[in-house]
Amino acid sequence: MGLRVLAAMSGGVDSAVAAARIAEAGHDVTGVHLALSANPQSHRTGARGCCTIEDSRDARRAADVIGIPFYIWDMAERFQRDVIEDFVSEYAAGRTPNPCLRCNEKIKFSAVLDRALALGFDAVATGHHARLVDGVLSRSADQGKDQSYVLGVLTREQLGHAIFPLGDSTKAEVREEAARRGLTVADKPDSHDICFIADGDTRGFLSERLGAAEGPIVDQEGAVVGSHQGAHGFTIGQRKGLRIDRPAPDGRPRYVLSIEPVSNTVTVGPRAALEVTSITCGAPVWNGPSRFDDLTVQLRAHGEVYGCRFEEAGGGLRIDLDRPATGVAAGQAAVLYSGATVIGSATILSAS
Amino acid sequence: MLPEAIEAMTVQLQQVGNASSLHGAGRRMRRVVEESRETIADALGARPSEVVFTSGGTEADNLAIKGFYWARRPRRRVLISSVEHHAALDPAQWLADSQGAAVELLEVDEHGRVRPETLRAAIARDPDDVAVVSVMWANNEVGTVQPVRELAAVAHEHGIPFHTDAVQAVGQLPVSFAESGVDALTLTGHKIGGPMGAGALLLARGQTPVSVQHGGGQERDVRSGTLDAPAIAGLAAAVSTAVKEQEALSRRLASLRDELIERVRAAVPDVVLNGDPGHASQQSASASGGRPEVSPGRLPGNAHFSFPGCEGDALLMLLDAKGVECSTGSACSAGVAQPSHVLLAMGADAAAARGSLRFTLGHTSTRDDVDRLIEVLPAAVERARRAGLG
Repeated sequence: MGLRVLAAMSGGVDSAVAAARIAEAGHDVTGVHLALSANPQSHRTGARGCCTIEDSRDARRAADVIGIPFYIWDMAERFQRDVIEDFVSEYAAGRTPNPCLRCNEKIKFSAVLDRALALGFDAVATGHHARLVDGVLSRSADQGKDQSYVLGVLTREQLGHAIFPLGDSTKAEVREEAARRGLTVADKPDSHDICFIADGDTRGFLSERLGAAEGPIVDQEGAVVGSHQGAHGFTIGQRKGLRIDRPAPDGRPRYVLSIEPVSNTVTVGPRAALEVTSITCGAPVWNGPSRFDDLTVQLRAHGEVYGCRFEEAGGGLRIDLDRPATGVAAGQAAVLYSGATVIGSATILSAS
Repeated sequence: MLPEAIEAMTVQLQQVGNASSLHGAGRRMRRVVEESRETIADALGARPSEVVFTSGGTEADNLAIKGFYWARRPRRRVLISSVEHHAALDPAQWLADSQGAAVELLEVDEHGRVRPETLRAAIARDPDDVAVVSVMWANNEVGTVQPVRELAAVAHEHGIPFHTDAVQAVGQLPVSFAESGVDALTLTGHKIGGPMGAGALLLARGQTPVSVQHGGGQERDVRSGTLDAPAIAGLAAAVSTAVKEQEALSRRLASLRDELIERVRAAVPDVVLNGDPGHASQQSASASGGRPEVSPGRLPGNAHFSFPGCEGDALLMLLDAKGVECSTGSACSAGVAQPSHVLLAMGADAAAARGSLRFTLGHTSTRDDVDRLIEVLPAAVERARRAGLG
């Protein structure tokens, strides 16, 4: 007898194939679609959104083809509180959150996992592109699709109850397998962007919730070079959309260097000023092997990796990079890897 | 499907002919349709001309509620019970949203029953403005049987047409269209072992609701569309068989259901039975038309419970995994289970409504099924409680 596995099914191709694989491996699989929006839209427009009614029907159709029971779990309240409100308040505090990571940490491998365990399941399976072998997380075979970064915040305990059946496959292989299995979601477009901001307008979404307040854009010397309608609309390293009329004295592009929510000030400057080599993080989560070499750190989703050293200090973590990085934003996760293997993570507090 | 219905339908599937055609094949098919009409009328105490075939219960409800509303304009009030199926509630709501109707939901008591005095008081607020009254014969979720005859009589004090959705009642309770006094009655095939996609509105002579769909006027000029003669033959066979076997089936189911209720109560002491508390033993009988009419307070195959501290969906999943099939009875709105409007109307709070399950017994149900349920229920309840109300 295999495990009792809850397969989280978004309605997309990855989670459908993941569920099919574990069912085929002889586990007792139940498909569950997580309803994350209290007022779902009836269908997807393009690649955005992940919890429309159409998606839930796609998930159900896939479960029927696989031949597993299927249920919808209403997680809208938890998602609203732990992901959406967190997203807004992080921006309000001048940080740049990653809601996918938060959803894995607080919803899929917390609220859903807890409920699944209470109901007698042994594990939660998802269609994430990451390898998980004996509780050790590492990068997907498909480097372009690797999602180990947004899973790197999970604890050993959480990973101990997770199954990622797609880790050894590329996205192309998954699509091909879906077609072979008669899963009609095989050609469904990949989802991108933030699922709860259906029109992709993050700045508009935040302005609606945090209000618009005009504030200055200043250069490194403090000279006002422009204005904005709310500091929460900016991300460290952002270049586009600053709407500064006057060019910089040296004529080179300017980037967001820092965001000060209290004074509602956005500081801009040349790319060189974005470069940092020392990163201060909050309390680390160690979820991988304790012995490692070839240490690298990834500082945002799909971002570059940097060789590094770290030391634990005062309950937090300090990471020193081998070479400068740019666009390092507070609120993002620093995920530490040994080669392809995740060894731990911590939330970025500041960088210099 | 009942073997009788399968056979009746299969025979006709092999025939050609449109019941509206004048040629030989058409006449032959018309005979099938008209004999089916007579069979249904006979089984349900109606005249053949009072049988209007539809595609099922939802269409019949739409035809009655919208049709009477339109036919009786400029009257605006639509009085409908708060525990109706969505097939009746939603057309009424649509009339309110887009046709200027004033829809008023009739309150129910804690057992889910519309009291005649409730209807009388509602009508009295402005009797001349009431277009139609609709109250179901028996509730699909909690099984409560409505005092349809008394309610129809109250409506008739003011000449108001009265419709009842009897989808759950036919084959489970004695149903006589004439004796009930209602003006329109909805029934459907698939609830009684007949085909899906076939049903009827029994429509008293002289009542002419405005059509919902227009065309050839095949059914009394009230309902258009080529008749599905094979399905109608299947429907007639199912109605005939179900009505013939109703009394014996009801007696057997009621006793099995009573046993189920007792054993569920013993297994889960804090369980709450929803709906009418009366069992088969507490039936009220009245004689009418020479035929004894036994009208229990609750559908004989229905048992509906709230399990405190459990989420119905979780319990359903756990029981399903153990081979016990039941229903939360809640409508899915936007794919997410909503607390049942029926339970809320009966005064339940949202948590109790979400923690509810319906067990329905039918003609294939046996004591083994009850044994199996009692065997797995306590562990499932305990587990669902641990998982909490999400």
